[in-house]
Amino acid sequence: MVREQKRTVRICTAILLALVALTLLPIALLVVSSFMDEKEILNNGYSLFPEKWSIDAYLYMIKQGATIFRAYGISIFVTLTGTVLSTAITTMLAYPMSRKSFRWRNALSFFVFFTMLFNGGVVASYILWTRYLHVKDTILALILPNYLVVAFHVILVRNFYTNNIPDSLIEAAQLDGANDFQVFFRIVLPLAVPVIATISLFTALTYWNDWINGLYYINDASLFGIQNFLMRIMNNIQALKSTAANSSMMINVELPSFSVRMALAVIGMLPVLVLFPFVQKHLIRGVVVGAVKG
Amino acid sequence: MKQKEKRLGSSSWRMWLIAAPGIVYLFINNYLPMFGVFLAFKDYKYTRGIFGSAWCGFDNFEFLFRTSDAWIMTRNTLLYNLSFIVVGTAASIFLAILLTELGERLRAKFFQASLLLPNLLSWVVIGVISFAFFNADSGFLDNRVLPALGLQPISFYSETKYWPLILLLVYLWKNTGYTCIIYMASIAGISKDIYESAQLDGASKLQQIFRITLPMLKPTVIITTLMSVGRVFFSDFGLFYQVPQNAGKLFPVTQTIDTYVYRALMDSNNISMAAAAALFQSVMGFLLVVSANALVRKIDKDNALF
Repeated sequence: MVREQKRTVRICTAILLALVALTLLPIALLVVSSFMDEKEILNNGYSLFPEKWSIDAYLYMIKQGATIFRAYGISIFVTLTGTVLSTAITTMLAYPMSRKSFRWRNALSFFVFFTMLFNGGVVASYILWTRYLHVKDTILALILPNYLVVAFHVILVRNFYTNNIPDSLIEAAQLDGANDFQVFFRIVLPLAVPVIATISLFTALTYWNDWINGLYYINDASLFGIQNFLMRIMNNIQALKSTAANSSMMINVELPSFSVRMALAVIGMLPVLVLFPFVQKHLIRGVVVGAVKG
Repeated sequence: MKQKEKRLGSSSWRMWLIAAPGIVYLFINNYLPMFGVFLAFKDYKYTRGIFGSAWCGFDNFEFLFRTSDAWIMTRNTLLYNLSFIVVGTAASIFLAILLTELGERLRAKFFQASLLLPNLLSWVVIGVISFAFFNADSGFLDNRVLPALGLQPISFYSETKYWPLILLLVYLWKNTGYTCIIYMASIAGISKDIYESAQLDGASKLQQIFRITLPMLKPTVIITTLMSVGRVFFSDFGLFYQVPQNAGKLFPVTQTIDTYVYRALMDSNNISMAAAAALFQSVMGFLLVVSANALVRKIDKDNALF
């Protein structure tokens, strides 16, 4: 039996090693390609084992600094602002939903929950945010539409409150004369740190990785975050190549080239990669908690 | 007692104030656009705005469904989602079983983290990775892998036939590490006693998996499947927009309702068509979620969404 157990572990390890290698291969190709020599890419294509290594792509980005740093700064600003705002609003909205003494809690829960079932569609949202709320080509367009309050997160926080914060604690505070504001900010919030960590992590990832708001609401390239900046570089090269093919226009050698695209993508995922070892535990816990409905 | 409750309940204006920012946001971001559904029944003219444009009944839908676009995008959305549900569920369970067998070993943590990593990358970055693999000029496959195998280059961005498989693989690559977490949690919930008594009776590992683990996972599979069935009219915009790199030749196999709505709205400025397609999606989605939930409720009340 022990021997069978050992064999099982060995087989599972072997299969998983192969799957992990396959999973990491595309990421490795991206990283290695960003350190490749431009000429080698043009002649022989991207590779996992280049003949010549080069940091030209990164040097080019430093030389082009201003626009890239700006895009990076915008991504950081949007991620921080969005996450703080979203976490604050979400934890607040979930509180009345969790209190039995709040008469409208079910109605409020339904109001939040219904947004998961039906939506008015992209077109109506687009017209609302651009024609009536005028966020187009402002930094607000990267923060406000779509992600600030996610019903699923609200329900996650509400369940945490109901399961982990005893009514007796809140009632005791109320008997001591604390009002709802005091109870919420002084007692409930400090106890909710674990769930706050989880949802702010999810939200930060959403904002950092978002390109859809930029795609719909930003035309002004100086307001692009890193993801939209990267998209523009990808599209521009394709556009330039197709015009170069049927006109005598030469492709500018100063143009971000094959290796620079890869380097930009590496820069774009760098914060996620660096923080990943520290956050993955919270992430996994968040998924499990979300799946087990309370 | 009554008096105490009343005193405690009477502060509800504070409760409303705490909830207010969230309520206002959801009202603006989620509820106001719901009233926009009537856009689909209007002949939208930008200069006249939503209220000034003339009503046109079901003309937009009639026009939309007379084009081949409607059929293609609906077919693609449904077929891709169905293949994702079937293959994705099988792959997640497979992965969950493998990872669980390794127990608390350190390598299990490393494996799980590595498999989860693609889930945290943005679709734009994944689009760049796809470009590195599939483009004809400098792509890894056409320039390195296929020649090394003695095969002809394929020019993936102009060949439709490979894309259903490519998109399925990219979907699995990005999502399986994430979706398997739910199955790992349910496997962890199965009592160890059952396995021990099966071992005493001489059951092999495979028998334990097929006779104990899989049957015990059935409720989780049913619930997650029904929930995804409720979403089959929605596609992951990033997967279908970034991975094919917007290649026009691939539209017959990569266009889904979400990419169609985006292109109709932003590229061809055909707001009426986009609104009709979006409403079609919302209504079908709503009906499916509600019926899927009704089914879940019948099977297992605790797991129903509502």
